[in-house]
Amino acid sequence: MSDVTNLTVAEIRDGFRAGEFTAREVAEGFNANVAAAKALNAFIVETPEKALAAADAADAARAAGDLKPLSGVPIGMKDLFCTAGVQTTAASHMLEGFVPTYESTVSQKLWDAGAGMLGKLNLDQFAMGSSNETSFFGNVISPWKRGSGDNATLAPGGSSGGSSSAISARLCPAATGTDTGGSIRQPAAFTGIAGIKPTYGRCSRWGVVAFASSLDQAGPMARTVRDNAILLEAMSGFDVKDSTSLDLPVPQWEAGLSGNLKGKKIGIPKEYRVDGMPQEIDALWEQGIAWLKDAGAEIVNVSLPHTEYALPAYYIIAPAEASSNLARYDGVRYGLRDLPDGAGLQDMYAATRAAGFGPEVKRRIMIGTYVLSAGFYDAYYTQAQKVRALIARDFDRAFAECDILLTPTAPSAAFALGEKQADPLAMYLNDVFTVPASLAGLPAMSVPAGLDSQGLPLGLQLIGRALDEQGVLNAALAIEERAAFSARPERWW
Amino acid sequence: MTESSYRIQGATGEWEVVIGLEVHAQVTSQSKLFSGAATAFGAEPNSQVSLVDAAMPGMLPVPNRECIRQAVRTGIAIGAQINKWSRFDRKNYFYADLPQGYQISQLYHPLVGEGEIEITLDDKKPDSAVKRIGVERIHVEQDAGKLMHDQHPTSSYVDLNRSGVALMEIVSRPDMRSPAEAGAYLAKLRTILRYVGSCDGNMDQGSMRADVNVSVRRPGEEFGTRTETKNVNSVRFVMAVVEHEANRQVDVIEAGGTIVQETRLYDPDRNETRSMRSKEDAHDYRYFPDPDLLPLELDDAFVEECRASLPELPDAKRARYEQVLGLSAYNAAVLTAEADTARWFEALLTAGAAIQKKDEAAVAKASANWLMSELYGALNRLGRELADSPVSPQQGAELLALVADGTISGTISKQVFEIMLETGEPAAKIVEEKGLKQTSDTGAIDAVIAKILSDNADKVEQYRGGKEALFGFFVGQTMKAMQGKANPGVVNELLKKALG
Repeated sequence: MSDVTNLTVAEIRDGFRAGEFTAREVAEGFNANVAAAKALNAFIVETPEKALAAADAADAARAAGDLKPLSGVPIGMKDLFCTAGVQTTAASHMLEGFVPTYESTVSQKLWDAGAGMLGKLNLDQFAMGSSNETSFFGNVISPWKRGSGDNATLAPGGSSGGSSSAISARLCPAATGTDTGGSIRQPAAFTGIAGIKPTYGRCSRWGVVAFASSLDQAGPMARTVRDNAILLEAMSGFDVKDSTSLDLPVPQWEAGLSGNLKGKKIGIPKEYRVDGMPQEIDALWEQGIAWLKDAGAEIVNVSLPHTEYALPAYYIIAPAEASSNLARYDGVRYGLRDLPDGAGLQDMYAATRAAGFGPEVKRRIMIGTYVLSAGFYDAYYTQAQKVRALIARDFDRAFAECDILLTPTAPSAAFALGEKQADPLAMYLNDVFTVPASLAGLPAMSVPAGLDSQGLPLGLQLIGRALDEQGVLNAALAIEERAAFSARPERWW
Repeated sequence: MTESSYRIQGATGEWEVVIGLEVHAQVTSQSKLFSGAATAFGAEPNSQVSLVDAAMPGMLPVPNRECIRQAVRTGIAIGAQINKWSRFDRKNYFYADLPQGYQISQLYHPLVGEGEIEITLDDKKPDSAVKRIGVERIHVEQDAGKLMHDQHPTSSYVDLNRSGVALMEIVSRPDMRSPAEAGAYLAKLRTILRYVGSCDGNMDQGSMRADVNVSVRRPGEEFGTRTETKNVNSVRFVMAVVEHEANRQVDVIEAGGTIVQETRLYDPDRNETRSMRSKEDAHDYRYFPDPDLLPLELDDAFVEECRASLPELPDAKRARYEQVLGLSAYNAAVLTAEADTARWFEALLTAGAAIQKKDEAAVAKASANWLMSELYGALNRLGRELADSPVSPQQGAELLALVADGTISGTISKQVFEIMLETGEPAAKIVEEKGLKQTSDTGAIDAVIAKILSDNADKVEQYRGGKEALFGFFVGQTMKAMQGKANPGVVNELLKKALG
């Protein structure tokens, strides 16, 4: 038997069903990889016993002929999802040691589908960051290295950097991510894996530590498009506990997969050609266009005229919501409490929040507080909401002319840790291609498409109409079939 | 609109008071506005707290349909516009009794728009002239928890039972001009809420409280700067706040000072208000639409259901009591002032009409008079409320029926009622056992009359000589001799005959 940890979710599921290996063998294989990869710092909590318990249950279910969709498949869980009895921190000191009594809807759905948990994955603190350098529990390291041999440690992207690093390093075949402005897609692109942010409302936000409620959306990350379809089916569905959840049946995305794009129109938005973008990314984009043509699609040029305002609008709306969402971390009921001698309530708030939040979280709370404050609200928040509406309208108009949009996922390949830490604005620019779809609530996916001259992965992004995850997955599949991306990081950890 | 003549006589002339009230009314519902936790008053601290109410990470609010329904019903009851599209906003501030760090409220797009409430201008005379007070809006919002400072020597405890309980904030226009109007408005609003059943109106339990906005001006001039006195929890205190605050403001202005816009607190023990914080220290609440919640969209069927579910409201009921039941304006006003009173009265009417086989209008006057004089008098003596009256509407109706059909006289009915209050026994049984039945036996009455006329021959002489006022004396004597059991009509008739 070859190493099960090289298998995709579909291969594990099918091989396990066919009796080629046991679920326990799969869990043990991944547990071992997790245990041997401390250098990547991808996990905050490892739960090998949970993976084994789910595997044993899967093996028993197979013996009883009672298999579930994800029986035998162990996964990683981003530590933004509350897991009953397992520490949930959002990678913050504020929630260090916090053990929920409840399970998030999305993680519960995955366990109900038979999946097992390998552990809680590291992330940017409260999902705020694009490089996974803001975690209280240390940076996540990308398993990838530049071909130049400079041996720089690279960012796995963020905020779902633990997820991307772990999947590309074969510590887990799939993981959950959350995407507020690109937190699934950009790390997927940086590490040569695929990840989809579904339409806002597909996955329940109940039990997911909130960053920006109107943007936060859970989604899967895995190496293949098919695996994403499988996971997304398990994660999606209406939840009465989330008022913004969509009350719609969950499509059978895996069954609907087809790389044949005959009759489909692919739009190429001209505004995504930004100054200073590496020529390699431009070339890859051209290659993507050629692949989709080859798959039978017609290519049309479209315009999304308000694209340049998306990033500023996002960095007003997301911090505004975050400044309010994070007010509950006050030291009163749970999590960190810093109560200096003789301190009153206000002192406790100040001390607790000063100690519990990292610099990036504080920055965004301050930005958000500022843009909502009296006298500035209209100039910032109201204006940003107008921009948001215009961006959604841009997409509506573009989708009158095409079915799917193709863009690069990120303006660069993975950068080195520390490289952009000093300049928050440069860091925020990483989200330039992913943020518009988030603001419009549209399904969008990154699929690995090639390597740059340094041998680092690059991704292409597909954006679809609301609820058209199938169109996004199918276009991504067409690229996947033609890109035949097989590069993987060489093991150094 | 009738203008109030209430004026404060200052050293420099007359001042008019302008009052607006913001009333917080706890919505009557089994569970909280955005969680399934219970809302019962007086439960053990922190025994009615869900994960949502405690603002645990990842928890989300889901609107409780019943709370929305109650607010819409209240809006319809005051003739207000129901906004089929409304939205929840977050009001952000830090306090230990506010787990989320924000209150979910409705600033920009409230559920209920403009309406109005009719008050009587003189609350001592319920049948006096009326005035309409505008209601600007009603919105729904979450209540906060409660801090407990007496549980530990150096720390405060937090009870989150109230956290997330649904409140209606009912905001009036600055249309009131006297303490009496403010009191009448609050009392009338409470009556309406109780009729509708959307709030129990129990101000002593905190389920209804008012923020009182007061300013003064020269009659007819522009509004002055207002102060807001928070959380006033009785009708009497609201009137006291207006009076105190208006006089204080006049004193300040006449002494050359200016009124600062500020929040004040009322101290009932000293009957004064004092400054809590000024506008400069006011929180910046950073209101913005709650991104966890979709806009609230109501369909016509929902609003219609709310409308159809409303009971007869106080003003309509009062008009009906006057016009259909033929009650006096005063009686109609008193009987409709509280939902419980009207319910009791109507139960009495229904039972009375059934027993006497008449329509309600035919038994209404006697029922109203008995309730307002006999029953209320007895309850006052006993220190009891109508709700725990020892005599039920059915029992009251039975008693009144005995009077109506001539079985007992009105005088005897009072005796019977006293016995009912003590024993709880049915009127008919008491009348039977005590032999209180009225007699129309002309033989017996004639015998008594003959004796009285012979014992009082001098008065008979005078009567026959033209002093007809003595007729009452003979009636009284006869009734007394008959121990009140003689039918007064028969007595009158026989006496007239005997006196020739």
